Amino acid sequence: MLTRLCQTLCQKMFTRSLWVYHANSGGCNGCDIEVLNVLTPYYDVERFGIKLVGSPRHADVMLCQGPAMRATAKALRRAYDAMPHPKLVFAIGSCAGGGGLWYDTYSVLGPVEKAVPVNFYIPGCPPRPEAILYGIAVAVGLVDKKVSPVTLKQTAFPIPRYHPEDLRTEGDMVVYQKLDQV
Amino acid sequence: MSLVSKWKETMFCLQAGRVTLPYPHQPAVAPAGFRGRPLFDIAKCIGCAGCANNCPAREILVQDVCQEVRVIQYLGRRCTYCGRCADVCPEKAITMSPDFESATNDIGDMQQHLELFMGTCQRCGRCFTAPTPLEELMMKGYRADDVKHERWVYRSLPYLEQEPTVRDIEVELD
Repeated sequence: MLTRLCQTLCQKMFTRSLWVYHANSGGCNGCDIEVLNVLTPYYDVERFGIKLVGSPRHADVMLCQGPAMRATAKALRRAYDAMPHPKLVFAIGSCAGGGGLWYDTYSVLGPVEKAVPVNFYIPGCPPRPEAILYGIAVAVGLVDKKVSPVTLKQTAFPIPRYHPEDLRTEGDMVVYQKLDQV
Repeated sequence: MSLVSKWKETMFCLQAGRVTLPYPHQPAVAPAGFRGRPLFDIAKCIGCAGCANNCPAREILVQDVCQEVRVIQYLGRRCTYCGRCADVCPEKAITMSPDFESATNDIGDMQQHLELFMGTCQRCGRCFTAPTPLEELMMKGYRADDVKHERWVYRSLPYLEQEPTVRDIEVELD
């Protein structure tokens, strides 16, 4: 339901163009470079009307890179609060989505979810520019998301069990009856 | 002079043609050697938890539910796609797929949950076990991570911490 709500919100409110604000709260600059790569003529995200703006007050979308750090979480929250409604937040990269490798260290609070509510996640370290384009297309409603949680279960025991009650005495030897199965 | 250079630049731009990738409308293929999300193969996995011990982001959780069932959970949210799990896997049960289109609105979509049967001792028919639960936790190879709250358990505790990893620190934002 939340997906549908997000999609309808996107399609209703953001039909014309999304202006994005690019917030790095302590990332390693890898995702920043990929985001700037998306804005180049080769990937050309401006054909979807997406434009980079310098102030959160002009922006519809905040692109978060890097985890929420102890020092920057408050600033990230203030930038989020400064954006006009309706607003979307994209978490780009595994740092923003899950806290990254250093998710439990002292200076890292964790994913940016701790500071701002996140609408869309683009995993990758860093995500390919195509992956960022795909995330934008998912948000705008051009394509459907492909991933879903996977649960795998072994239904049968992979090897036959050994049962000591199957031991039989043959003469002076003790023989396991189901030896060929084991 | 400047007019000539402008003319040259115009001709150069016209010759270049269209360079933009028609990506979201036409599929794009990642180059060879690209590491996307790891895929677990339950038919090959033996549950050795080498992937969990080698994951730099510590996001593969292992929980031994009972003697014979082991749960391996790949969270996927902070995966850096380094491929160390696929490298270390002795049975080659983990493959790094070339799929990069994993944008989602719910990070739980990246999870993979494996429930495995563990083999027993071929001589006595029993699993290797320790007499008390505390010693089981301390036994090498026996792990009881908190799958529900997506948290590693580094050392044996008499209780599980209740809050999830996300939102476990209260931040004063205002």
